[in-house]
Amino acid sequence: MRLSPLGDAAVYAEFGDQLDLETNQSLQALAVALRVRAIPWIRDVVPALCGIAVHVDPYHPELPASVLERFESLLQEAFKSASKFEGSGRIVEVPVCYDPVFGLDLKEISERTSVPEEEISKRHAKSQHLVLMVGFSPGQPYIGGLDPKLSVPRRATPRTVMPAGSVAIANAQTAVYPYETPGGWSIIGRTPLKVFDPLREPASLFAPGDRVRFIAITREQFEKLQ
Amino acid sequence: MSMRILRPGLLTTVQDRGRFGLQHLGVVPCGAMDPVALELANGLVGNRNDEAVLEITVLGPEIVFESDALVALCGAEMEARLGGMPMPANRPVLVGTGTVLYARRTTLGSRAYLAVAGGIALNPMLGSRSTYLPAKFGGLEGRALRAGDVLPLVENVSSLSQKRYASLRNKKDIAGLRTVRTVSWSAPTLTLPAREPILIHAMEGRHHELFDAAARRAFFDATWKVTPDSNRMGFRLAGPVLARAEALEILSEPACLGTVQVPANGLPIALMADHQTTGGYPKIAEIAAADLPRLAQLAPGGSVQFARCTLEQARDLRLVLRQRVDAALRSLTWGYQK
Repeated sequence: MRLSPLGDAAVYAEFGDQLDLETNQSLQALAVALRVRAIPWIRDVVPALCGIAVHVDPYHPELPASVLERFESLLQEAFKSASKFEGSGRIVEVPVCYDPVFGLDLKEISERTSVPEEEISKRHAKSQHLVLMVGFSPGQPYIGGLDPKLSVPRRATPRTVMPAGSVAIANAQTAVYPYETPGGWSIIGRTPLKVFDPLREPASLFAPGDRVRFIAITREQFEKLQ
Repeated sequence: MSMRILRPGLLTTVQDRGRFGLQHLGVVPCGAMDPVALELANGLVGNRNDEAVLEITVLGPEIVFESDALVALCGAEMEARLGGMPMPANRPVLVGTGTVLYARRTTLGSRAYLAVAGGIALNPMLGSRSTYLPAKFGGLEGRALRAGDVLPLVENVSSLSQKRYASLRNKKDIAGLRTVRTVSWSAPTLTLPAREPILIHAMEGRHHELFDAAARRAFFDATWKVTPDSNRMGFRLAGPVLARAEALEILSEPACLGTVQVPANGLPIALMADHQTTGGYPKIAEIAAADLPRLAQLAPGGSVQFARCTLEQARDLRLVLRQRVDAALRSLTWGYQK
């Protein structure tokens, strides 16, 4: 574990610099154990791909003199109480229309990977997926467990606009874009679900530690669900 | 019980202290870019510091108050008139129904804060009234204010404002007021740039060692200019190109308010209130929390130099700033406690 301050209002504990599903799972457990303690000077607990950050209120009267040292001991305590935790216990079902109208990069991925276009969606929907981190924009999941046969690098030139709901892949992961934003991943389909809605409870469709099942739907079903 | 926007200015949004506890779902705190000016503005009108105010950017709005209201304008200095008279800044001002605030350009600093007694009575979204522009929620419909917008104030804003003002002036009854009144004292400004380049303290970032020796030196030696495409998400800094020793890809990891990240083009970006919660660019530095409100007051074209500091020095800077804010708040809120 490598502890580093992120300025004087956050600390980051890194558990390796390679993505590892088991490590990631235990981070989700740690995050829950830390959040449950509701420590008044901690504002945010953010589990990431292979580390965990806490953001603090730098003006809180109870802020410890060394946040770094206190965080380290909190982590050790959390390790003990978190040992039995396994994922969030949730399975999120995500309907995806893999029609080429939405799957803008299916052809290119097929050429790169030699997997036939119609097999890409089957392989994608069949795999066991796990939310490794939610970040960048509200509700945007980084989902691990992509079939290695589908692995493609990030696109050399990012798109200036990824349509909201785009389901996209890069390296070993899948992402679902909640908003129309620029993005460099290859698009294989689109979900009609609203990924983030501040008026909904819970606001975010995905949370770290969730298992994800992608379900292929037709264009007619897509339009009905929208 | 409202104020109506006649002209919105360049970028006027509703902001409060911020939206905490949701960064693990990709939701960043947002909130006032200059939290010190926010706290002073709320304090001047007798609000607790969890009320929402208007954040006014560079070009000010024109606003009509549709009820009596105790207001305060803090942060950037700007040409502003109230009912045709120059508006006194950094003090509580009682305005009568129908008074027009006519704000022009900021003359020092770039963000001014307008607080009203009782706060802006919009419903909080996910625990905060702050406008989150990138995801379009919070504040008023998640967007910057437009001409014709009506911002709700608390129902008893007239009586509340009169009562608070009366307690400041030690008078019992000031009803029937139809002009502009204020007090003879003002709060200090604590975050405006005295002269440029402003000096901002920063700690070495987690990935400082990934940059070559020239880049590591240049970051703390150069004078950086805030470019015009800077916004509430990040301040883009123009200066020497910061090269990396080797072009290593790093995994996406949490990013913070004040993180200085360097994309492949070598030009640093200081992450501000609306920043993304995670990022995959290396972090060359982290700005001291106490100095962020001053950086937020720098307008595009403004210049900044970074001074290397340690965690301990950053903590001392925070303590000094906190003492100054507390001292200012103590002297200005005494009248409300009677």
